[in-house]
Amino acid sequence: MTVASDPPVQTVRKPNRMFKNKMAKIASIPMILTALCVFVGGTLWTVLHSFTGSRMLPKRDWVGLAQYERLWDSDRWIISVKNLALYGFFSLTFTLVVAFCLAACLDRKIRFENTFRTIFLYPFALSFVVTGLAWQWILNPQFGFQSVVRGWGWESFNFDPLNNPETVMFGLLIAGLWQGTGLIMCIMLAGLRGIDEDIWKAARVDGIGTVKTYVQVIIPMMRPVFITSLVLIASGIIKLYDLVVAQTNGGPGISSEVPAKYVINYMFQAQNLGQGFAASTMMLVSVVIILIPWAYLEFGGKKNG
Amino acid sequence: MADLNANAGVVPQGPKPKKRLSRGNIFLYGTLIVVSLYYLLPLYVMMVTSLKGMPEIRMGNVFGPPLEITYQPWVKAWSEACTGINCDGLSRGFWNSVWILVPSLVLSISIASVNGYALANWKFKGSETFFTVLIIGAFIPYQTMLYPLVIMLRESGDGITWLVSWMNPILEALGMEPFGRIRLMGSLSGLVIVHSIFGMPILTLLFRNYFASVPEELFKAARVDGAGFWTIYFKIMLPMALPIFVVAIILQVTGIWNDFLFGVIYTKPNIYPMTVQLNNIVNSVQGVKEYNVNMAATLLTGLVPLVIYFASGKLFVRGIAAGAVKG
Repeated sequence: MTVASDPPVQTVRKPNRMFKNKMAKIASIPMILTALCVFVGGTLWTVLHSFTGSRMLPKRDWVGLAQYERLWDSDRWIISVKNLALYGFFSLTFTLVVAFCLAACLDRKIRFENTFRTIFLYPFALSFVVTGLAWQWILNPQFGFQSVVRGWGWESFNFDPLNNPETVMFGLLIAGLWQGTGLIMCIMLAGLRGIDEDIWKAARVDGIGTVKTYVQVIIPMMRPVFITSLVLIASGIIKLYDLVVAQTNGGPGISSEVPAKYVINYMFQAQNLGQGFAASTMMLVSVVIILIPWAYLEFGGKKNG
Repeated sequence: MADLNANAGVVPQGPKPKKRLSRGNIFLYGTLIVVSLYYLLPLYVMMVTSLKGMPEIRMGNVFGPPLEITYQPWVKAWSEACTGINCDGLSRGFWNSVWILVPSLVLSISIASVNGYALANWKFKGSETFFTVLIIGAFIPYQTMLYPLVIMLRESGDGITWLVSWMNPILEALGMEPFGRIRLMGSLSGLVIVHSIFGMPILTLLFRNYFASVPEELFKAARVDGAGFWTIYFKIMLPMALPIFVVAIILQVTGIWNDFLFGVIYTKPNIYPMTVQLNNIVNSVQGVKEYNVNMAATLLTGLVPLVIYFASGKLFVRGIAAGAVKG
């Protein structure tokens, strides 16, 4: 403070401040380049080129919405979108319910809490490829779970989700839930720990049961935690790719294809860039549709509050 | 009654402590144990399968412990399993992953920590805007940025080739190997750049929040003493930020090791990371399926993040909680 009010020093400080900002700016060049060139530039470039007829190489022959028309005419894309919707719906519901129940169980001041948490969370450290391959083996009809139950004497037992087009998405779901619920559980547990102990005391004084307290008091209080979890799960669902490649590779046939896989296949294998760009733009649109309400709730609400 | 009066101040309140094995508790622990079995099952099955011989696997009973333990599948997975024409096992993928991981770790964390420090302590006009764009970028599906990055890597590879080409006559005159065409696309260095780019939002956020929580007086005192941008960073901020560096390392090691998408797109077969090679080994359509070798290979690939997970404990949770903010 004394230094700042000293006039001669202040005059020296002005150019100094210019200089130090320059250093910070130089240090931020990688960040600025990433933000502008890759994130903004790259995205705009892809959206722009989704209106071209690019095939092996990107070119600028405008074809309007032709790529999108082809996209939505393609069976494979429709199946991909339907699969993702199915997977997304069940993944979201099950993850939220299971993760909350587990977090609530762990929050009941139980013994071995750390052991249980370690067990529930370890799959999250594993990659989707490892997850997919492990479950592919367990669900193997010839040697896996099905054959074991049959070996126990239940000869007609049928559990072969991965080879049935109707159920293959549920086979993926079993693996996806195994990998991902631990993370959401940890977030929910942190949320539960943040709730004031007095709330519980008040509920007990009023004679409200434990389950009822959770449903009517605790869950509404945990709204921000639920919204964070929702955004997290949703952005994970849209990215769904490695798990499918490892566990089913889109099969049987094309019955477990997903949009992210469609994009990669058309861009890097089928040499049909335009389709890849159009499909990835559709993915971007779906993210924007999810994000805008969330950003509104999160940041719009804060300004009002 | 007399007793109660004697300790009037410390009368036990509330309901009587429940017995440990009340009905509710049995239900609670029962549920947790059953769910734990579901979570532990794949690890157990992978383990026992990888220790069995193929004849035993064909007998069925995937859940049974191995009657005769063999380590052959592990040896085979590590050094003999084939992908395409290469039959040197997963060891190749392992070392590729190591060579991808180490430089990516150093580059991404050093960039992000300096960025976070600049954003927290040396705000300049527009810095917050760039940061917001960076964070929003973390939500954009990678698919929309994959191809532009291919072009950028290719072009900057050519750019660097051109930049260093003036040295070639000198090198030739000295009898040394001149620079050939430098490629970033389809090379380890290209993948390192990609990992640093996509790790930047979350890591920058992590470091920015950490440095913002450091008392400002410390920073101001150093400024008054005449310390500049880098002096403050290296002498004051870096030593204080060790815990957050550990969190960032955990986050990046698991993230980069587990990556599949970038590996498959930005590298080529002989430098594929471990996850990609694992998938190619297990899902190859040729030859007889050796499930025990496949499971040994799967476990080998999962080993690095698992070791990190079990060794780091609480810090891992902190790391992913920080990752959760990113979304």
